[in-house]
Amino acid sequence: MIIDRQARIVEKKNWGRYFLFRLKSPEIARSSQPGQFLMIKVSETTSPLLRRPLSLHYRSNQEVEIFFQATGMGTELLSKKKAGETLDILGPLGRGFSLNKEFKGKEVFCVGGGRGIAPLFFLAKELQLLGARPTIFYGGKTSGDLPLRSKLEEAGLEIKISTDDGSTGFRGLVTSLVENELQSQKPAFVYACGPEAMMKKLSEICLKNELSAEFSLESIMGCGIGACWGCVRPFRKNGEIHYLKVCQDGPVFHSREIVWMGE
Amino acid sequence: MTMVDLSVDLGFIKLKNPVLAASGTFGYGLEFKPFFNLDMIGGFVVKGLYFNPREGNPPPRLVETPSGLINSVGLQGIGVEAFCREILPQLDQLDTAIIANVCGEEEEEYARVAEYLGRFKGLDALELNISCPNVREGGKCPAQDAEATYRTVRKVKQVASLPIITKLSPNVTDIVSVALAAEEAGSEGISLVNTFLAMAIELKTRKPKLGNILGGLSGPAIKPIALRMVWQVAQAVKIPVIGLGGIFTAEDALEFMVAGAAAVQVGTANFIDPEACLKIIEGMKKWAEENGINRLSEITGSLKI
Repeated sequence: MIIDRQARIVEKKNWGRYFLFRLKSPEIARSSQPGQFLMIKVSETTSPLLRRPLSLHYRSNQEVEIFFQATGMGTELLSKKKAGETLDILGPLGRGFSLNKEFKGKEVFCVGGGRGIAPLFFLAKELQLLGARPTIFYGGKTSGDLPLRSKLEEAGLEIKISTDDGSTGFRGLVTSLVENELQSQKPAFVYACGPEAMMKKLSEICLKNELSAEFSLESIMGCGIGACWGCVRPFRKNGEIHYLKVCQDGPVFHSREIVWMGE
Repeated sequence: MTMVDLSVDLGFIKLKNPVLAASGTFGYGLEFKPFFNLDMIGGFVVKGLYFNPREGNPPPRLVETPSGLINSVGLQGIGVEAFCREILPQLDQLDTAIIANVCGEEEEEYARVAEYLGRFKGLDALELNISCPNVREGGKCPAQDAEATYRTVRKVKQVASLPIITKLSPNVTDIVSVALAAEEAGSEGISLVNTFLAMAIELKTRKPKLGNILGGLSGPAIKPIALRMVWQVAQAVKIPVIGLGGIFTAEDALEFMVAGAAAVQVGTANFIDPEACLKIIEGMKKWAEENGINRLSEITGSLKI
């Protein structure tokens, strides 16, 4: 865990409400794992008060990338930052995806809905290094929600696209696309990040098909370091339900542990 | 330039500087070890301890408001036994004041937790949390009533081997009467204020934004009210007052001291900046140097009227 108060925005990209920042932060880059996140200060004032948690989209030797959607006051302010400016970032935080050496030579699914694609690029690149064969399922409401499509393709990743309105790729939910694919092949593991409803549906599919899965969850966070106990959700542990901290016990959890909203 | 003496003597405990991290915002202390040497701050108050582990309130537990944060965590925690077994030994090597925050469902439990904590070494004082708005129906707490405050402090005093700081609630009409009750019951110090009972509504759905409906407001938004209450209490009691409520900068902390606080606690600021306490101490030192103050404790209660 490092506070980098001078992480320079080296590059900024923008597609509608979606943004990608490449930040120079060598120390954080060095210790980052896929599925971990950063807490980013978005304002110099006390409104909004809290840092914003954003998952690590990628890291190289010296740099980390974040990919986010401007959805509220915090991310809106962040999206206004320009290349060349610096950010106060804290990270890498949390427990990321587990990378199993036994996945070598095997097929794994990475399922992302909308901005949930963010942590899956870093993950898929690491899986490739392990010798696994990741397929990214990338779903959105419409073609405008899939700005990273070409980036993923250029990185040589196997990708399957879906949109709710059929404007590009498979017409329907990304989970239906996964179900279709399961008829021809069964992956060794499933990773996912996206809207609650998508992940809930996917966890049912994984249960039915006896697939192990890890999901990255979102939560409103106070501190990101396990001090405030504000970001908890209910989880199943040893047959009991307990509140666990998304920031420290997660943000990645095994799908069987997760109690979905409304359950 | 002479070195500024930042130390504070509260009578029952000596602090190397007047800045403590507030309970509920600093975990059990260990969470902040990766960021700085904990010996640099005056001390910290660990997260509230009930006798048994506690699940806390249903999420969502946090809502941001303008310059504020409403929380309804509800004192989720590991319980006093696990704290003494697993955490306290790891804090033992620290050269800073460590204060345990004592909670209870009823007076008996406060006493039981306090007595249990007294069996271990490593703690410097107990802070009686009679003021959490998140654990009883409608945000009620003992600190809303002078008599209940007196009874609880008295009960704990009978079994506690460590000095007691009573933490007051701002959700009262007359905070001075509650402070006097705590003093009369034998409390060695007073800390104030805990969070302000608050709520937030999602207009679109007309639902409360917090799982517990009500929560406690903290952050810069509450500072002026907290400052007023610290001033009122500091004028009325003889025991040392520890001021808190929305302290984000060295200037905030210094204002609380001028109002009468012998020391301060920094809370919500720790969430935004894990090094907040350090920065505040540094800023206070600089201010003292610039203003020719050799002993920072001199400014306590120096409000000019």
